[in-house]
Amino acid sequence: MLDAGRHPNIKIMAYSEVEDAKGEAGNFKVKIRKKARYVNENICNACGECIEKCPKKAPDSFDMGLRDRKAIYIYFAQGIPAVATIDKDVCTFFLKGRCKLCEKICKKGAIDYEQKDEIVELDVGAVVIATGLEMFDPSHLTQYGYKRLKNIITGLEYERLINATGPTGGHLLRPSDKKLAKKVAYIQCVGSRDLNNCNYCSSVCCMYAIKDAMLAREHDSESDSYIFHTDFRNVGKWFQKYERRGKDEYGINYIRGRVAEITEDEEQNPVVWYEDTIERKVKSLKVDMVVLSTAAKPSSDAEKLSKMFGYELDENGFVRKNLPYPSDTTVPGIFACGFSQGPMDIPESVAAASAAADRVMETLAGLKLKKRA
Amino acid sequence: MEEKLRIGVFVCNCGTNIGGFLDVPEVAEYSKTLPGVVYVKENLFTCSESGVNEIKEGIKNNNLNRVVVAACTPLTHEPTFRAACEEAGLNPYLFEFVNIREQCSWVHKNEREEATQKAKDLVRMGVARASKLEPKDRITAGVIPSALVIGGGISGLSAALSLANRGFKVKLIEKEKKLGGLVKSLYKIYPENINAEEYINQKINEVKKNKNINVFTSTEIKNVGGYIGNYKVKAENDKGNELNFDIGVIIVATGAKTLSPEGLFSYDGKKVIDMLQLEDKLKNDGISQYKNFVMILCAGSRNNERVYCSRICCMSAIKNALLIKEKNPESKIFILYRDLQAYGTTNEETLRRAKINGIRFVNYSLNKLPEVEDNTVRVYNEILGKELLIPADLIILATPLVAPEDNENLSKKLKVTLDENGFYLEAHIKLRPLDFSTNGIYVCGTAHWPASTEESTTQALGAAARSSIHLEKKYVMVEPIVSSVYYEDECRGCGLCASLCPSNAIEMVETPKGVKAKVIEVACRGCGICGASCYRHAIRMNHFSDEQIKAQIRAFLEE
Repeated sequence: MLDAGRHPNIKIMAYSEVEDAKGEAGNFKVKIRKKARYVNENICNACGECIEKCPKKAPDSFDMGLRDRKAIYIYFAQGIPAVATIDKDVCTFFLKGRCKLCEKICKKGAIDYEQKDEIVELDVGAVVIATGLEMFDPSHLTQYGYKRLKNIITGLEYERLINATGPTGGHLLRPSDKKLAKKVAYIQCVGSRDLNNCNYCSSVCCMYAIKDAMLAREHDSESDSYIFHTDFRNVGKWFQKYERRGKDEYGINYIRGRVAEITEDEEQNPVVWYEDTIERKVKSLKVDMVVLSTAAKPSSDAEKLSKMFGYELDENGFVRKNLPYPSDTTVPGIFACGFSQGPMDIPESVAAASAAADRVMETLAGLKLKKRA
Repeated sequence: MEEKLRIGVFVCNCGTNIGGFLDVPEVAEYSKTLPGVVYVKENLFTCSESGVNEIKEGIKNNNLNRVVVAACTPLTHEPTFRAACEEAGLNPYLFEFVNIREQCSWVHKNEREEATQKAKDLVRMGVARASKLEPKDRITAGVIPSALVIGGGISGLSAALSLANRGFKVKLIEKEKKLGGLVKSLYKIYPENINAEEYINQKINEVKKNKNINVFTSTEIKNVGGYIGNYKVKAENDKGNELNFDIGVIIVATGAKTLSPEGLFSYDGKKVIDMLQLEDKLKNDGISQYKNFVMILCAGSRNNERVYCSRICCMSAIKNALLIKEKNPESKIFILYRDLQAYGTTNEETLRRAKINGIRFVNYSLNKLPEVEDNTVRVYNEILGKELLIPADLIILATPLVAPEDNENLSKKLKVTLDENGFYLEAHIKLRPLDFSTNGIYVCGTAHWPASTEESTTQALGAAARSSIHLEKKYVMVEPIVSSVYYEDECRGCGLCASLCPSNAIEMVETPKGVKAKVIEVACRGCGICGASCYRHAIRMNHFSDEQIKAQIRAFLEE
């Protein structure tokens, strides 16, 4: 991230969205809305004093709402660019017309309540779509009890809990009583491979569940993990070895079977009801916490963006990809890579990104040759 | 007169990764007492933009001439911090990295006091070494604007075409008589069911017509000398003619082969065949006489001998089952599987279509492998908990892709590494999947790991992009952390260093003082073997000199 931020040939426009696009390969005009931060990006040095003093709190979206941030905030510590942003919907000044504490505190004079959204027009030869994914919200799958029962979290929430800079300082403290969760169940295919939700396999969840369970054991040698899966899909380089290590070295229990329901006992311990398809029995397992390996979906703006640029999406809402050029969209000069094209893991995304860059260069070189001819 | 030392020390909390397990303020306070240190700063994240700015400000405002960062590992952020020094006008090789995370806070999580003490020791050693650092300039060398692509399958063809279309010269070498690789043996390519032969022939024709590509079939690499930007490649064709190429970058696209099914599940090549034989039968209308098909997946893979999953066999099997059904709707097809690897969107959709079309899937386990008998396959269905006897006229084994034996040989010539399965080993499993750790050589397709045609194509185009960075720039910049024959008078010209150098980076040259060793800096990777082996101590490692290392050791013993 920092490498891209510092690269002389890359200009990063964070907190910005595409508003409109027209043109053709070699000559696109793209209109971009640079959203107002109410903080001057060129002045702010992210010292954090305003954040410390700001009296208003709001759920921290980077930490999945597991803790609060202030109304003036830095999205996350290593973010690019390192500047503060005021959340207009929460800030006392914007809501009630008084406070302005941050302005008083900022020695550099970076706060600017008058700042407006800015429209920037870019002339570019080619466009790469790399809008990634969004996590599926499992709230409406009531059998899993997400948001209804306290100690049920999603895989991404788990990532924040186990992260040393996260809300619990890297300790796996369960939401109901902040006790260390020692026995954790991971439920696979939540929303994935499900005709009523996401038809497809999200591809990365089997591996991240194993990783999560390994991390739990590394943090706490008594941790006990259960992964409930259907087909266990670990197809990448060395993934099978990783799967075996999870079982042999970390003692993870792999259970083949879909979970039917999660209930709760009087101490708010989740009870997982499942069919063990190998033993052909309905069983239950009491655990301290449940992690739902939720499906990954196209980003919510994927459709809007595709209409703006005119390229096709597939039936699942990902950018359609085909041979002979998997990075090409249906519009010449517009390319795509990563999860915007469908489920893929990090190395696949990196390779796809290089491929998209290749197609950009090949297209631009081709146009140059044509012009010369 | 020697410049007075003005060392700046930056101590990182890394959120709580360091700060949570040792006393960072105490380490920072201690750093102020060390000789030469004039400025100390504690950061929450030294690697964040604000942290990097603090380094730059620190250098400018305090005239620092050495910078020490105590944080994580050089692997993650050394380039970042060096660049920060450079941007602030300080030579980047006057920067010293001290690891107090992986080598301290993470491994001493329950010993706060001792960890703090160790961090102090490490910083003291780092400061001592920093005081002996010397400014260095990066080494630059020209790049011959020509690429060598090894392998003429779908990956090699795709990479070659991409580079050639951008105007770069490409030498494409294939050891077989014909281009096309494994795709040429297929009937159709999933998921779109493209006719494989038409598809690959079209690519071959494009390559043959392209003026920027020279194709050499029946040709093998004999020797690779030189270094990034300037490789000297010797090859030989089947007529015994030697070919010599001057090459800037190399792409390895040598592909994979399928495991021979000999000895598996009563394979006989007639009634029990492998997936490639089925592709061939589908191509030549050779399946109409069969009614009952049984496919056995993971034949020879995901077992103790070959742990890995070959990624593409499930979908090849499902694709072919659907094609059989299309040709002969009356056929009965059973697919015996362990886990169905229908990852992603289209694969899952294809699997669903197969189920709708009446293809039966039977789950078996590694503990109870299916047994092939006369006209039947006996399999224990894990989910039913029952043994099934399935009638079978044709049994198809889905064997995994395996690395060709040749990889061993070629990898040595290229001086790149293989993994434990014989596939080529990339520079970083997540972040650099197409690079080798040797700069200037790239990998794509099934040479790297089993991949579908689409995935191989993506990787090939990606490798073309990666390699073209050097071709486009026309020069490479190399780290000056190389060896040098610093005490030339000590060198007796014995040639031991040259014979041991794994990078062919030392040549013996005639000088007025006799034969002496000479380092080809751009080829040197700074491994230090020459320095360690020179009994005259004539060779010095730049940036890791004896003086620097000794200063570090002395500082440790000082307390």
